[in-house]
Amino acid sequence: MTSRLLCQITGFLTIIIALTALPFFVGPYTITLMIGMLGYVALAIAWAMFSGPTRYVSLATVAFFGIGAYACAVFNESLPYPLLLLVAGLIGLAVALVVGLATLRLAGVYFVIFTFGLAELVRQLVTWFEVNITGTLGRYIFLPVTPEGIYWQLLALSAFAFAISWLIGRSRLGLALKVIGEDEVVAAHCGIAIARIKLALFALSAVIMTLVGAIQAPRWTYVEPSIAFNPTISFLTLIMALLGGANRLMGPIMGAVPLFLLFEWLSANFPNHYSIILGLVFITIVFVLPNGVLDFVEKGLTHRITAAAKPAEVQK
Amino acid sequence: MLVTAILSGLVLGGTYALLAMGLTLQYGIARIMNLAYGELIIVAAFLAYTLFATLGLSPVWTLFIAIPAGFALGWGIYGVLMQPLVRRARTPAGLEIDSILATFGLLFVIQGLLLVSFGANFTSYSYLNVAVDVFGTKLAANRLIALALAVVLGGAIYFALTRTLWGTALRAVSVSPVSASLVGIDVDRAARTAFALGGALAAAGGVVISMYQTFTATSGVVFTMKALIIVIMGGVGNILGALSAGLVLGLAETLVATYVDPGLTLATTYGLFIAILLWRPTGLFGRAAR
Repeated sequence: MTSRLLCQITGFLTIIIALTALPFFVGPYTITLMIGMLGYVALAIAWAMFSGPTRYVSLATVAFFGIGAYACAVFNESLPYPLLLLVAGLIGLAVALVVGLATLRLAGVYFVIFTFGLAELVRQLVTWFEVNITGTLGRYIFLPVTPEGIYWQLLALSAFAFAISWLIGRSRLGLALKVIGEDEVVAAHCGIAIARIKLALFALSAVIMTLVGAIQAPRWTYVEPSIAFNPTISFLTLIMALLGGANRLMGPIMGAVPLFLLFEWLSANFPNHYSIILGLVFITIVFVLPNGVLDFVEKGLTHRITAAAKPAEVQK
Repeated sequence: MLVTAILSGLVLGGTYALLAMGLTLQYGIARIMNLAYGELIIVAAFLAYTLFATLGLSPVWTLFIAIPAGFALGWGIYGVLMQPLVRRARTPAGLEIDSILATFGLLFVIQGLLLVSFGANFTSYSYLNVAVDVFGTKLAANRLIALALAVVLGGAIYFALTRTLWGTALRAVSVSPVSASLVGIDVDRAARTAFALGGALAAAGGVVISMYQTFTATSGVVFTMKALIIVIMGGVGNILGALSAGLVLGLAETLVATYVDPGLTLATTYGLFIAILLWRPTGLFGRAAR
C-alpha cells in the first residue's frame, strides 16, 4: 500500500467520522439540510456510477427513488424497519434487472427518452392503481426513525456508494467500463462481456437510488405519486453529476453539494423563478463546463503552470 | 359510441401527427433532439388564448401570426443555442447528448417564464363549441376545424418536402449530411431551416390544440413526449411514418379512454412506446440499424 493511498483512506475516514459526529453539534435545521444534501450526493454518485463511464444519460433516477419511497409507504406497517429496506432494495433490483435487460439494445437519445418514459409510466401506473384499486391517492408513513437516524443512514449509504465507485475505478471492471464508453465495438472485440457489465452496473446504481428513496421517505410522513415520482429529482441528479464531472470519483459530490445549496436558497428566496434559474444553470453548464467543473479547474491549473514555466512562449 | 371514439381519435391523431412532423424535421434533418419542443407548443397555445380573450381574435387568424413567429423563434434558437454546439461537437453522439441537455435547460426557462406570466392553472377558451352532426354522431365544430387545419398544414408540408427542389434538398441532408454538401447543398442552412420549420409546426400545433383542449404552463413535457413517441414509432425523419403513427396514437388513446379508463391514457402511450422500442428499436417504419 503506497503512502498516497493510505493518505486518501485516512482522509476519507476522517471526513466520515466528522460527519457522523455532526448531529451532536448542530440544530435541527442543519440536519434537515444535510439529509437533503446527502440524498442528492448518494443519487448523483449512483447516477455517475452507471452513466459516467457508459455515457448512457439516464432519466430513470426518480423511477427507482420513487419505487423505494413507495415500497416504504406500502410496507411501513407490516414489516420491521431493516427488513423494509431490504424489501425495497430487492424490488428496485428486480425492476432494474427487467429494465436493464430490455434497454441494453437502445443507445443515445432512445435510451434517454426510454428512461424518462419509464419514470412517467411507473408514476401513471401507481396513480391509477392507488385511485382505482386501493381507493386512496396518498399514504402515510409512521416510522420511529429520528432525523438523526435518517441522516446517519444516508451518510452510510453515500459512503458505501463512494467506496464502491472508488473500487470500481481501480478494478478491471472500471477499465472495461471505460472501454465500453469509448467504443462498444472495440470493447466487444477485447472480449468484454458488455451486456453483463452494463446490466450489473445499472442494477447496482438502481439499488442505491431505491435505498435513497426508502430511507428518505419517513421524512415526508405523507407520500403520493406526484411527490415520490417528481421528475425534477431526475433532472437535478443529472445536472449535479454533470456539473462535477460524471467521469471522476469526486465529481458527483463536487456537483451535488453546491447545486443543492444553490437550489435550496433559490426555492426559499425565488420560488416563482426557480425553474427559470434551473434552466439557465443547465444551459450554462452545457456551454461553459461540458466536462464538469473539476476538469475545468484542472485544465485551467495545468494551463497556468505551463504558462508560468514557459513565459517566452506565451509572449509571442 | 364507437364512431364518436374513432372520430375524436382521428382529430387527436391528426393534431399529434402535425406536432410530430415538426419534431421529426428537427431531429431528422437538423439532428437536434429538441426537448423544449412541447414548450413552444404551449407558448403558441397561450398566444392563441391571449389574443382570443383580449382582442377576440379567432384562433384561425392567430395561425397567421403564430406560424411565422414560430419559424422566427426556431431560426433564432438554432442560431444562438444550437449552432455553437453543432460546431463544437466531434461526434454525432456527443452532439445528441449536448443538445438534449441544452434544450432541457431551455425547457425549464420557457416553462418558468410561462408560470410567472400565466400561473399554473388549467387554461382553455370556448371557440365554436357547437355540436355538428357527423355520420350520425355529434362532434364539436372546433374539433372538425382542428382536424381540417391539421390535414391542410400537414399536407402542405408533405407536398413541399416531397415535390419541390427545396424539400428534396432538406431530405437529402436527412439521409446523409456529408453527401448532401458534396452536391452543393448548404447543410448548415438546411439544418437551420428544418429547425425553424419545426418551430413553425409546433406553433401551428399549439394553436390547433388550444382550440379544443385545456392546457397548463407545465403540460409542454407531455406534448414533447407524445411527439417523440410518434417520431420514434414512425422512424426518425420519416414524414409518412409520423403521420400514421400519430393517427395510431390518437386512436389508441381515445379508445382506451372510452372503453377502459381515462386515467390510463398516458400509461397506454408510454406502454405502447416502450413495447415498440423493444420490438423494433429503430421504429415501426425506421431503417434497419447500421
